Amino acid sequence: MSNTNTKDTSSLLTIKDLHASVEEKNILKGLNLEIKPGEVHAIMGPNGAGKSTMGYVLSGRPGYAVEQGSAQLDGVDLLELDAEERARAGLFLAFQYPVEIPGVSNLEFLKASVDAQREARGEDAVTSAEFLKLAKAACKQVDLPLAFLKRGVNEGFSGGEKKRNEIMQMLLLQPKVCILDETDSGLDIDALQVVAEGVNSQRSSDRSFIVVTHYQRLLDYIKPDFVHVLSDGKIVKSGDASLALELEAQGYAWLQPRDEEGQSA
Amino acid sequence: MTDQIDKALEREYEAGFVSDVESDTFEPGLDESVIRRISTMKEEPEWMLEARLKAFKVWQEMEEPDWAHVDYQKIDFQAISYYSAPKSMKDKPKSLDEVDPELIRTYEKLGIPLIEQQMLAGIAVDAVFDSVSVVTTFREKLSEAGVIFCPISEAIKNHPELVKKYLGSVVPTKDNYYAALNCAVFTDGSFVYIPKGTRCPMELSTYFRINEQNTGQFERTLIIADEGSHVSYLEGCTAPQRDENQLHAAVVELVAMDDAEIKYSTVQNWYPGDENGKGGIYNFVTKRGICHTNAKISWTQVETGSAVTWKYPSCVLKGDNSVGEFYSVALTRGAQQADTGTKMIHLGKNTKSTIISKGISAGRSNNSYRGLVRMNPGADGARNFTQCDSLLIGDQCGAHTFPYVESRNPSAIVEHEATTSKVSDDQMFLCQQRGLDPEKAVSMIVNGFCKEVFKELPMEFAVEAGKLLEISLEGSVG
Repeated sequence: MSNTNTKDTSSLLTIKDLHASVEEKNILKGLNLEIKPGEVHAIMGPNGAGKSTMGYVLSGRPGYAVEQGSAQLDGVDLLELDAEERARAGLFLAFQYPVEIPGVSNLEFLKASVDAQREARGEDAVTSAEFLKLAKAACKQVDLPLAFLKRGVNEGFSGGEKKRNEIMQMLLLQPKVCILDETDSGLDIDALQVVAEGVNSQRSSDRSFIVVTHYQRLLDYIKPDFVHVLSDGKIVKSGDASLALELEAQGYAWLQPRDEEGQSA
Repeated sequence: MTDQIDKALEREYEAGFVSDVESDTFEPGLDESVIRRISTMKEEPEWMLEARLKAFKVWQEMEEPDWAHVDYQKIDFQAISYYSAPKSMKDKPKSLDEVDPELIRTYEKLGIPLIEQQMLAGIAVDAVFDSVSVVTTFREKLSEAGVIFCPISEAIKNHPELVKKYLGSVVPTKDNYYAALNCAVFTDGSFVYIPKGTRCPMELSTYFRINEQNTGQFERTLIIADEGSHVSYLEGCTAPQRDENQLHAAVVELVAMDDAEIKYSTVQNWYPGDENGKGGIYNFVTKRGICHTNAKISWTQVETGSAVTWKYPSCVLKGDNSVGEFYSVALTRGAQQADTGTKMIHLGKNTKSTIISKGISAGRSNNSYRGLVRMNPGADGARNFTQCDSLLIGDQCGAHTFPYVESRNPSAIVEHEATTSKVSDDQMFLCQQRGLDPEKAVSMIVNGFCKEVFKELPMEFAVEAGKLLEISLEGSVG
């Protein structure tokens, strides 16, 4: 399946020869990826291949050292920026394990985030009333009761509720590039559909997605334009959506150069 | 990540300025003649002077307590001046127009407008500057409701029957070393009397400002809520930024008669000293309230200042069904030390107490919660719930919890919950990934941690307290 809506546009996210390590262990070993506006790229691969690391390195999580290479978002050198500046530049990471922030209401957190990003772009702050309207709509869209806006960020949320909450944040922040880090893990079918619908509703010609997943199942709902296999820190195979089906049937072994031992990334 | 948090914790102390006011200040030193002079300056009746001299004798026999988890250089009580007042206050200004504009400007700078048109509606203020009260606002409006709100030095002259009856009735002279000292040398503070069945029509507040160098401030406050009455009171405090330590040794007594309710909130922002622990206020304070039948006393404190804090606002639940509450946020950073908590003494039947303490430690500071819950033999069916949470920021600070529980009644129930957590890298990263800078992230996480306490503060002050934490955590980043 080839992509039709991006033919003449230049790249939104360009990753070139990215090498990165955690605690002096090399995880990414020459990652190359080019994503055009509007595209959805699925990243699959065995445990320890560096899938989560890729998201963390791009979003600037402390503790991840970039050894070599570059990453540009819409012409901006991401690797030069602090984590919050990368976010303001339009990069969003939906966490695999969203953390709790007790006592800070979801609404307060969301408003502060949106305000910070708008301010960085030189836009006026949204009034509280306007924001409440937007937040309620987003909350409904991910099928969470409105009471969740008042609850502490992820405080006492179930796994599925946390993932929906991530998508709600994405809906409000309207990023340019969204990285979904195993957003499907731990979700039942209903929640999976809600999450997928949230993502699909945001697909547009100027927004791109990187969907990191272990399972073809999610890709039934979020149709990728490209599927890549990440193994031992680099992309070893790329294809269209059918590659995911192939992987589902055959596993990764046939793609791996040797039996590299996986470690959690 | 720790670097970022450290940076976020750097801050300026905004109230650290000195007002250019000419003052009459006693020479440093403490003996009987100093106490006599204080009493003369205050034009006190003989009985008050006698009480002071008696307290001085008691104090001389006592020893400075050393059980608190704080470490500081021994105080030289002869090196402190025990009285300082702006010269302009000598003529006893009758109205605000006669008050030195520099004094009014001082409070304005601190966000406490004293001029009637600018005053916060619904809040009466007693402004205490070093050893004297500069002005007390809305007194006439309050007196229409029968409420007395005035400097305690005036109450001693004008309401001796109330003062004689209640001063020292909750915190006796011998209670502790600093209380005894305060009884001997106290200078000003507020006096409040709410008549029977009256709901105080305004929030009352006292704003304490230390300005003069080398002086101690010995605040004395007495609040009496007569049967079935209700009052909400708030105190705030700041001091200039100086290299020397200064002592603030206060005594606050609350009396809640049958069915009365007192809500006492503190936003303490004394100068905390510099990063290395140089300078700052020693805040050694005794606060206690007594609850008669069905009465309720609620202490809420937000403690962000002072080099050393030693403070345990307490409730004696004497009457049946009386209720005591203690909500506390104590933030220490730099080299600050705080040993703070409460005592809930259950005497009456079915008495209830709630303790929610939130300690936040950053930098190289030490933050201790020390609390006593005592169920006396007569406290049938009494209940206490204590929740004591500590939040650590960085890896060089300390959080300590010293809970004491004494139950002498088998039907009493005491619950204690405690947690210790850290501002985690994951929380910081989540906030930053959503576009928040590290400063905002820390202040938001800390504010969230304190939420249960902030919601107990009167509205205006909840905002102020939140801001205070923000200022406290504000740094040079962004």
